[in-house]
Amino acid sequence: MGYSLKEIMNKPERLTPGHRMCAGCGATIGVRAVLRALHENDRAVIGNATGCLEVSSYTYPYTAWEDSYIHNAFENAGATLSGVETAYKALKKRGRIPEDVNYKFITFGGDGGTYDIGFQSLSGAMERGHDMVYVCYDNGAYMNTGIQRSSATPRFADTTTTPVGKGSVGKMQSRKDLASIIAEHNVPYVAQTTFTKDFRDIHRKSEKAIYTEGACFLNMLAPCPRGWRYEMSDIMKICQLAIDTCYWPLFEVDHGTWTLSYEPKKKLPIEDFLREQGRFKHLFKPGNEDLIVQFQEEVDRRWEDLLYRCAK
Amino acid sequence: MSVKDRMSGNEAVAYAIKQVNPDVMPAFPITPSTEIPQLVSNYIANNEMDTEFIPVESEHSSMSATIGAEAAGARSLTATSSCGLALMWEELLLAASNRMPCVLTLVNRTLSGPININCDHSDAMGARDTGWIQIFAESNQEAYDNFIQAYPIAEDKRVHLPVMICQDGFITSHAVQNIVLNEDEEVQDFVGEYHPEEFLLNDGNPIAIGPYSISSYAMEARKAQEMAMENSKEVIIEVARRYKEKFGRGFELFEEYKTEDADYIMVIMGSAAGTAKQAVDDLREKGMKVGVLKLRVFRPFPAEELAEALKNAKGIAIMERTESYNGHGGPLCSELRAALYEHKVYTEAVCYTYGLAGRDFTVEHVYDIFNEVNDIVVNGKEYKQHRYINLRTKEV
Repeated sequence: MGYSLKEIMNKPERLTPGHRMCAGCGATIGVRAVLRALHENDRAVIGNATGCLEVSSYTYPYTAWEDSYIHNAFENAGATLSGVETAYKALKKRGRIPEDVNYKFITFGGDGGTYDIGFQSLSGAMERGHDMVYVCYDNGAYMNTGIQRSSATPRFADTTTTPVGKGSVGKMQSRKDLASIIAEHNVPYVAQTTFTKDFRDIHRKSEKAIYTEGACFLNMLAPCPRGWRYEMSDIMKICQLAIDTCYWPLFEVDHGTWTLSYEPKKKLPIEDFLREQGRFKHLFKPGNEDLIVQFQEEVDRRWEDLLYRCAK
Repeated sequence: MSVKDRMSGNEAVAYAIKQVNPDVMPAFPITPSTEIPQLVSNYIANNEMDTEFIPVESEHSSMSATIGAEAAGARSLTATSSCGLALMWEELLLAASNRMPCVLTLVNRTLSGPININCDHSDAMGARDTGWIQIFAESNQEAYDNFIQAYPIAEDKRVHLPVMICQDGFITSHAVQNIVLNEDEEVQDFVGEYHPEEFLLNDGNPIAIGPYSISSYAMEARKAQEMAMENSKEVIIEVARRYKEKFGRGFELFEEYKTEDADYIMVIMGSAAGTAKQAVDDLREKGMKVGVLKLRVFRPFPAEELAEALKNAKGIAIMERTESYNGHGGPLCSELRAALYEHKVYTEAVCYTYGLAGRDFTVEHVYDIFNEVNDIVVNGKEYKQHRYINLRTKEV
């Protein structure tokens, strides 16, 4: 079947307007893109770790979610959906859910709830192989509490717990490669994605993740205008630069096979991605040229490593 | 028809779980409750029950998955002890505030440190304000009977709260005692089928659980939860009566043992009540009018009923199997003395801490305590509140 952006954009929204997320936020764009991959007759239960998305989309007495939805706590979205998915198995087995009714289980967490505090719960859920999709909307810091560093924060980023100052050039460490770590759990499907002009990559990967049996993981770059300090209207440009500089490569690991989803015709220098964002402003001050070189070296090393993994 | 058998407390509760055959059980092992998920796994492996077991990677996840499963519409439970319960603490609050009628079978063990695997009530008492109904057992029989009553209490529309079924680690969980087991069908008939009103997998009626709530609404949610806890008292009593009618055993909020004419009453929870009853029999033979009040339900705290039951006693020994580190006694002491005061029962009430981290508690200790209470009441002996029983060195 062919892919038509117009067609998928005409599907009924499963995350309705009226929620309280910021203008220019990547999380809701990503959530809507993932949910568009659900087949229309399929029901879903959405899980959510505590974070911006949760507090802004389900503020009592209003919910923006058309499907059943559960938020439990910050660090346990994986375990919570494990319970929901297992309940589905139990109730189906015992005839308490009609045969022809199909549910899918999708949980969303930010990088705080996924890379860090919820890492154990996620790892457990993936290892046990629950039939669910865990989607990390990775905006590279604890944005809900006010832009503190996470293990997904890139090196040299200015955050409120790695502030740039006379004795500091921002975060000291490079980011954790979570998609690879989850791939090493040997789950059926892992992919890294973000927003491209036609939304084809995220749609295809979401559909594959939702309709592949077993535990699947999507790592979705979801820029945050507050934390990254870019112009709200520039989100698509930022995402394109993330993939064209190979800062955020698009790839998938399908039953152990690594495949590159996108290779830029011309790999852009990392400055092009960094320059658009206030959190890296200090890197462009005279005397800090070496920091950009170091950043570039790490991007190159990881890109080469990914090319090696994806080599046929 | 009932069946006579011999079982440990863990075996008894696992057997009750098999008979109830709930939908989902996530669990993580911890001494001394480990046998419960092990036995359940064995029952499942041998097709004796078909509960979905989730071998989670921590207790935090076992309670998280229990909440997820319960929210989805499945009758759910988990088991734990000690540090496991402490790790779940955040989730205990969420189970209660999300009004999940799930069950936790707790095998009481002390909290670290020093690390120690033996019994006291510090785990359950640490969770006393999390919004769970807490029911304690003296024996394997009571642990079994209490578990069968757990879902009818939790799932009652007036309640909708989680229930913690507590038994003493090793003393009850591992010691083999005689037991009377009910027939499977009778248990299933008593517990009934689970038909939640609202749940995630209710096709055509999606719901959202776990909102962010601003100050304009959150306090009403807390009040509603508090009212449910108040309502649970009458439901616990109703279920206990129904159980006694059907199976001929059990108590309501507490058991009163030879208290009717007693000058002195020992208030105690859990397995040590058996020791206290033996000592009461011995002392009565010597002409001392003493009795035991064994508290079965700690949450909700039956303040009014306790005050009524204790109002004629000249002296009360309150037995605490935990330490609050508040400098003047544990939670049972604090709450019971507050209840007595509130209901204008002004009598001597002395707080004794015993059995921490598995320290022995014997009939001799009970004799000493009753004699001391007698000395206080009759001779006006001055006493220090909040003293420890059976320390290696004499308390100063």
